[in-house]
Amino acid sequence: MDKLETDRTRRRLLIGTTSVVGGAGVVAMATPFVLSMFPSARAKAAGAPVEVDISKLEPGMMITQEWRGQPVWVVHRTPAMMEQLTKNAHLLSDPLSDKSDQPENCKNVYRAVPGHEPILVVVGICTHLGCSPTEKMRAGNDGGMGTDWPGGFLCPCHGSKYDLSARVFKGMPAPLNMRVPPHVYLGGNRLLVGADKKGG
Amino acid sequence: MMSQVLGWIDARFPLTKVWKEHLAEYYAPKNFNFWYYFGSLALLVLVLQLVTGIFLTMNYKPDARFAFASVEYIMRDVDFGWLIRYMHSTGASMFFMVVYLHMMRGILYGSYRQPRELLWILGMFIYLCLMAEAFFGYLLPWGQMSYWGAQVIVSLVDAISPELALWIRGDYVIADATLNRFFAFHVIAIPLILVVLVFLHIVALHQVGSNNPDGIEIKAKKDPVTHIPLDGIPFHPYYTVKDIVGVVGFLMVYFGIIFYAPEGGGFFLEENNFIPADPLKTPPHIAPVWYFTPFYAILRAIPQKQMGIAAMGLAVLVFFLLPWLDRGIVKSIRYRGALYRWALGAFVVAFLVLGYMGTLEPTVWYVNPVARVCTAVYFAFFLLMPIFTRLDRTRAVPDRVTT
Amino acid sequence: MTISSILLRWTVAFFLALSLGTSCAVAEDEVKLDRAPVDSSNLPSLQRGAQHFMNYCMTCHSAHLARFDLLEQLGLSDKQVKQNLILTDAKLADYMTVVLNNKDAKNWFGVPPPDLSVEARVRGADWLYTYLRSFYRDDQRPNGWNNLIFPNVAMPDVLWQLQGQQILQSQGGAGHLVLIQRGKMSAQEYDQFVGDLVNFLVFLSEPSRATRLHIGVWVLGFLVVLFFIARALKHEFWKDIH
Repeated sequence: MDKLETDRTRRRLLIGTTSVVGGAGVVAMATPFVLSMFPSARAKAAGAPVEVDISKLEPGMMITQEWRGQPVWVVHRTPAMMEQLTKNAHLLSDPLSDKSDQPENCKNVYRAVPGHEPILVVVGICTHLGCSPTEKMRAGNDGGMGTDWPGGFLCPCHGSKYDLSARVFKGMPAPLNMRVPPHVYLGGNRLLVGADKKGG
Repeated sequence: MMSQVLGWIDARFPLTKVWKEHLAEYYAPKNFNFWYYFGSLALLVLVLQLVTGIFLTMNYKPDARFAFASVEYIMRDVDFGWLIRYMHSTGASMFFMVVYLHMMRGILYGSYRQPRELLWILGMFIYLCLMAEAFFGYLLPWGQMSYWGAQVIVSLVDAISPELALWIRGDYVIADATLNRFFAFHVIAIPLILVVLVFLHIVALHQVGSNNPDGIEIKAKKDPVTHIPLDGIPFHPYYTVKDIVGVVGFLMVYFGIIFYAPEGGGFFLEENNFIPADPLKTPPHIAPVWYFTPFYAILRAIPQKQMGIAAMGLAVLVFFLLPWLDRGIVKSIRYRGALYRWALGAFVVAFLVLGYMGTLEPTVWYVNPVARVCTAVYFAFFLLMPIFTRLDRTRAVPDRVTT
Repeated sequence: MTISSILLRWTVAFFLALSLGTSCAVAEDEVKLDRAPVDSSNLPSLQRGAQHFMNYCMTCHSAHLARFDLLEQLGLSDKQVKQNLILTDAKLADYMTVVLNNKDAKNWFGVPPPDLSVEARVRGADWLYTYLRSFYRDDQRPNGWNNLIFPNVAMPDVLWQLQGQQILQSQGGAGHLVLIQRGKMSAQEYDQFVGDLVNFLVFLSEPSRATRLHIGVWVLGFLVVLFFIARALKHEFWKDIH
């Protein structure tokens, strides 16, 4: 075993060690920079649950509340609208909301919390490319939607149509129903959007 | 596979050629000492400042109403924003520390001498850019020191031409318009120039080759067969592995400051700069950040305003003339005589004392007298250099480098 | 050693002397400051400090760069912060502002009370610690109070019921304070009270301080290890050079 041979092994070992340890250092150093681009504490604080007062929300009306910078719609549906929703299934691409995003207790035809069926709470963002659809709640041709329009929402960007449970129609660019955010009823006509438990 | 990819690239871009010419077959003298770390360290700090600067820009707001709060937002609400900000603020001071030592190295070993005059001049332009970069950047936190520091410096321009000062500020005092344009200079204009200058500096260095602590041209003694300088070693791997040690050593100091003394005892982040800028109230004691204080002391030492400004400007610009002021036979301090050593020693002391005087309040009785003496020494060093370098009794320079 | 390394050493020594000299020079022209018991890992102290801050400071002083949810970093839950530390109807995500407007404040105190978000970085913890313990009775002042290290300060001593009343006794030029009437707290209790408060103010000025001190050990430890590896690598290669 000559000296040159040992040197070469030692050298390779040292290069390897330095590269691995130094590389780990570089990755560690990059981490804070990457993390700094996630929502800041301020953005998170602004994303805290918001309370909505629904005492003045008449049937057939809708209000918009900002939550995490997004429009959250709260829709009070009339009995006629509710009835229509049960008949829409054949027109929709995900009628049972199997692939769509909603809290477990809202996975029903009304996409609402049991006991509060008339109230729909939904993030008013089209699942296609993020535009906010316009309200076309009245059935029929009033809004220029054609005489067989069951009532719902129309996205102005690429024409995706949704029913009054924010479920998307078949053959539309949007793949999924609009997202129902976590929400909870506090009692006394107060609704907390963004939380799934009281006080959370 | 690798060699095929490399071949494909080499046919289209001189990758292997650049690698060889500038690293694997760039021959540097084998006798570099501690002082030779600071060149690569300056490059490292530049990269650190660029990266941290980009990330700060993502959250900073160059608006007089929001600037101060946005810096505190970075310090409080952005994940690891405090680390990025401290890296940038500490990096600014470290940049000057490293560059001053790098310049000192050049003076010690005569690295500015023929054939490296242009290299030195490019370096001086980098230094000027750095000063501008630091000055513009210091306004951005929009604290009291930011505001009044900028006010004082722009008022110096006012003494020369009020129109020009108005043009620089874009308002009658330092204001939102000033902040916005300083931001543009700090994050785009000056960094671009700086990067180009650094590139040119390295190109010029590799054209003439590195000097060394003996001040001997290693290219003069080459191996007759290989034409490799006898005292030269390939930059890669020898100086790359050595510079890694320097880099890690530097990072220990750098992060030591960041984690345990980010204010640098009030020298890196000044207390008064945690008060938002107030155009109606000057803080009781304003002084520039430490890296400008030698020149600030010269400004204050001269009792006449225009003359003071001229002296301050001259104190910086006179470095450009160094290659022609030095008439010595030898380059390195190792072979210079006592005359030069004393002169350089006096200059270094004068520079440091000026720096200290610049941090003190001018009302302290000894500040201006001491600063005047040091200013005299400072300029005498340059003005008398053609004489004392010629009179100096130098020693014989060896043929080959010593280790 | 070579001249260059000697010069380098001198430079380093000079900078060290410079920093020492400056800190002495600063200390000279001011009253000696007492050392504040700052400990950013002492959560009980910080929680007490937060309580004192809300009770005594935030009636006039804002900390408008900080939100109430910051207090959760002191090991408190949403509920605890809401119930014990938010004395108004503010929400967790609100900034710590006060209702007192600048105009009223100017009329009452002459100057608006400064925002305290980063006050500990402006003044330093020791200064604050000394300041809050250096109020004394002074009939010459409109509000009846003066301060040893902040002469003619606009703020009255809001903590006097805790500390008691002090007066200034001159003793060959240098004045010192004497307690003439006891407050609700003993001197020791009051020192701890102010210590906790200042500890909190330091936290408020730099919430990341505890993290910074904590991470620093790991970073520097890692660099020391890397330094020795890199040096071994350098020595290995430099064996070639003669």
